[in-house]
Amino acid sequence: MDSSHHSNLTAAEEHAAGIEHEHPSWSTYWKVAVILTVLTAMEVWVYYIPAFVGSRAFVPTLLVMSVLKFTIVVLFYMHLRYDNRLFKILFTGPLVVAIITLFALMFLFGHMHLGHVGA
Amino acid sequence: MSAPTVSHHYTTTGLDNRKIAIWAFIGSECMLFVSLISTYLIYKGRSRVGPFPHEAWTDPGTGHVYKAILNIPVTSASTFVLLMSSLAMVLALAAVENKGKPQRTLGERILGNSKLWLFMTALLGATFLGFQAFEFTSFVHEGLTIKTNLFGSTFFTLTGFHGAHVTAGVIWLVSMLMIDFKRGLGPEDALSVDIMALYWHFVDVVWIAIFTLVYLIR
Repeated sequence: MDSSHHSNLTAAEEHAAGIEHEHPSWSTYWKVAVILTVLTAMEVWVYYIPAFVGSRAFVPTLLVMSVLKFTIVVLFYMHLRYDNRLFKILFTGPLVVAIITLFALMFLFGHMHLGHVGA
Repeated sequence: MSAPTVSHHYTTTGLDNRKIAIWAFIGSECMLFVSLISTYLIYKGRSRVGPFPHEAWTDPGTGHVYKAILNIPVTSASTFVLLMSSLAMVLALAAVENKGKPQRTLGERILGNSKLWLFMTALLGATFLGFQAFEFTSFVHEGLTIKTNLFGSTFFTLTGFHGAHVTAGVIWLVSMLMIDFKRGLGPEDALSVDIMALYWHFVDVVWIAIFTLVYLIR
C-alpha cells in the first residue's frame, strides 16, 4: 500500500484541490518523520555542548537545522512541493515580507549591524 | 470542465476556493507569528529583572536566586510530540483519501484507519497542550508571569498565541473525528481533511521556529 493517495479522486477533483502531481507515499511520510526527529535531536544535542554554544557557529547551525525542518514539513507534509503554484505564492509571499520585516526591525532596534550579527 | 463527482466551489482559477482561502489564511498567520517572534527577539536580553530564560539571576532586594527558567528537556519532548502529530495527520489524510481501496494486510488496515490517525493526532495535540500547561504553571511558581519582565511578556504572548492555535486545531480534529464516527469519512471528504491538515502542519512549523529561536538560541 505504497502508492499515491489520490487514486480515488477524479482528475477534476485533483485539479480543484490544486494537486499537480502525486502526493508522497506512506514510506516517504515515515522517512520525513525520522529526518525531523534526527534534526530535532541534533538541535538539542548541540545545545548541551558548551564549547559549541560559545562558538560563532552555534546560532547559524541551529538556524540552518530549523529552516531545514520548516522546509521539509512545508514541502512534504503540507504538499506544497506537489501543489498548484498559486498556493506557493500565497504562502511564500507573506512569509518573505514578514522575514524582511523581522530583519529590518532587528537592525532598527540595534540587534544586528552590518558585519556583525548578535543579540 | 467535466462535472466532478462531488460538489466543489470552483473559482476562475479552476481551484477550490476553500483551498485558496486556507493558504491565504496561512500566509496571513505567517505575518502574525513573525511579528510576535520579532517582538520577542527585539526585547531579548533587555529585561531589567529576572527570572531570565538561560541564566540564573539573584534578586538584589531579597537575595533570592532564580535559576534559568527554560526547561529544555521538557520542551524537547513536547516538540517531538508535535512533530509526531504531523505524521499522524498526514496518515489520517492518506487514510481518508484511500478509503474504499482493498486492505489486504494488517499493516494496510492500520494505515487505512482514518479514525485511529485522527484520534492519534488529537491526542498528541492535547499532550502538547498538557506540556505547555505544565510549563506555564511551573514558570508562574518560579516567579515568572506575563507582568514580571519583558521576557515574560513577550514569551507568554508568543507561546500563548501558539497554544491557542493548537487548541483550535485539537477542537477541529475532534469535530472531524466525530464526523468520521457518525457517518464515516471518504475520498469525497478529502479536501475538508486536507484543509484541516494544512492548518495543523502550519501550527507545527510555527513551533519549529519558536523552539529554535526562543528555547535553543541563547
